Amino acid sequence: MRKRVASVWFPRLPSDRVLRARTREAANSDRPFALVQHAKNTDRIYCLNQAAEAQGLHRGMGLSDARAYCPELSSAAANPQEDARFLQSLARWSKRYCPWVGVDGRDGLVLNITGSVHLFGGEAEMLDDMRHRLARAGLNGRIAAADTRGAAWARTHYARKPDADITALPVAALRLDEKTDTALQRLGLRKISDLLALPRTTIARRFGPNVMLRLDQAMGTQDETITPIGEAPHYAVRMTLPEPIGLSADVMAGTKRLLDQLCDKLKRQAMGARRLQLTMRRVDQGAQQIELRLAAPMRDAMRILPLFDRGIRTVDAGFGIDQLRLEATQVENLADAQITAATAARPDGLEDLITRLGNRIGLENIQRFLPADSHIPERSFQIVPAAYSTATGSWSTLRPRPLCLFPPEPIAASGTRPPAQFRWRRMSLTTGRATGPERIAPEWWLPDDNWRSGVRDYWKVDTTQGRRLWLFYTPQNPNWFVQGEFP
Amino acid sequence: MAHFESHFPLKNTRTHEVCGASAYAFAYALAGQVCGANGGAALWVREAWHGTQINPVGGAAYLDPSQLLIAQAPRHIDVLASTEEALRSGHVAVVIAELTQPIGLTEGRRLQLAAQEGNATGLCILPEGMGNNAAQTRWHCTPVYDEGNTAEDSTLQNWKLIKNKSGTLAAWTVKWNAQTRRISVVSPTAQR
Repeated sequence: MRKRVASVWFPRLPSDRVLRARTREAANSDRPFALVQHAKNTDRIYCLNQAAEAQGLHRGMGLSDARAYCPELSSAAANPQEDARFLQSLARWSKRYCPWVGVDGRDGLVLNITGSVHLFGGEAEMLDDMRHRLARAGLNGRIAAADTRGAAWARTHYARKPDADITALPVAALRLDEKTDTALQRLGLRKISDLLALPRTTIARRFGPNVMLRLDQAMGTQDETITPIGEAPHYAVRMTLPEPIGLSADVMAGTKRLLDQLCDKLKRQAMGARRLQLTMRRVDQGAQQIELRLAAPMRDAMRILPLFDRGIRTVDAGFGIDQLRLEATQVENLADAQITAATAARPDGLEDLITRLGNRIGLENIQRFLPADSHIPERSFQIVPAAYSTATGSWSTLRPRPLCLFPPEPIAASGTRPPAQFRWRRMSLTTGRATGPERIAPEWWLPDDNWRSGVRDYWKVDTTQGRRLWLFYTPQNPNWFVQGEFP
Repeated sequence: MAHFESHFPLKNTRTHEVCGASAYAFAYALAGQVCGANGGAALWVREAWHGTQINPVGGAAYLDPSQLLIAQAPRHIDVLASTEEALRSGHVAVVIAELTQPIGLTEGRRLQLAAQEGNATGLCILPEGMGNNAAQTRWHCTPVYDEGNTAEDSTLQNWKLIKNKSGTLAAWTVKWNAQTRRISVVSPTAQR
């Protein structure tokens, strides 16, 4: 069977993506619109619609220049990651035409339609159907089919008509880089037919093997593969039961079977589950869900199963459960680790404990401290969720720091030295010994309302009543505060 | 007078209580001495609304902050449940629970059983005068002004044992020895 390849090119994919998400009147196609990317200290046009192009704007133009040409230009920020994701979903959509779909660059698709055209009543009908559906979705798409990938690409990008003869197209249609293209044009080789007329060896000697390779790929003498997009692995398993079950031990046994299957799947893909969802469908069509968030990526069924225990006990089985479905809704990479005699035993138990506590009070609420590089007492450490971090960094203290900190509490005092007597939290305190001052300046590069009052002179005050307090004085805005307590 | 070493570090597999102005220092000293010796982890359970922030930089002299986990529970009942769960798991050496309401005998006894099962030490930090009969020991800790000492980093404290299920009551004047990372008793004669 003759190989047929269809190529789809979206010349304005980024702006089409943004415009089709808008309402009909906002996306009015005769209003100029441009997507803007900030690069090298200036805003430049990344992609624009047809109306904007008709006004004389072009890609790479500065936004301020474009505004001067066309004051009614509306713009939005470009998001290349989102565009790539959109192209992936378009590739998934085009699997309705053939099973072999690949992504071509940043704005194209390539489909191996060999043997699937008859399902649509012929090749022309299939391409028409594609055009019709893309137009209805608000996308500018150029579609052409050819015997090779290179020829199909040349037709979508350079031909006026989809069934044009490719030898009449310019040499740039061979997917050459700009330098080679310019060099060929300077030699007077403007069309592909000019290139074909020359002896092969002279071209290869002068321009390297790439030009001949591209030419052969377009003409079909050299084969070119299409890398299809992979099917994203699906981490869900389910089990339908012949008779409804209700005992929690039975549900646990069912969950164990599902977990074994799921963990096998995760192991094959070298992934670990971070969040699991167990759905139990009851005979009365009601469904109950248990969500389990794990403190570390895991794929060990024997460790995960006991963590489900608490959730399963809270489930109301009603007249019985007849379907179980287990899905890993969030997965992370988890490579196999080499276990040696020198490998320290990982604190698996602690992770399980964090999971259990996290399912009660929220996984983000189990926290640990990480050191931070700052002299500001409140910012000399960070509080991060323990499940998503590892304890690293070293803690160093040049000066004694209090054991606990509280929001500054004002005390009545004046002068630059700590008061001999003061009242704090309804206690009358007498200063026995004052150590200081230690001046800490605010970090001007970070806005912080608490440090608006300027520099602080910190004093450690040992009171004769026993309490050892951390006082500070703000010379630029004379006031005294208590901020912490030493052991 | 009873030996301090027989009371501190606190008896393992039991839950204890501490109150007073130096309760945080007591908790840190306990966690530092237990976790420093066996390399285990300490879990500090408290309610999320607390305005007082534990400062790990200040506590680094007692306990390496990488060994400390904080659980911020939304309600008092979650503090108790998390404490029990952590004590029972046996994967943390010390569980410190900051309580703001009195707990009944049932809750206190459950914490005791959990500590016994998990081979861990539990410590409840309480407001003053809010003890529970199930506790093994209860301590009242206050800072003391260190008059004779001119050192800036004095940590002199008075630790009073005000409830003891298996022994007599006593009081000690102690301070933290930063070099050995241990609590050491200051002899009363040295005070004068």
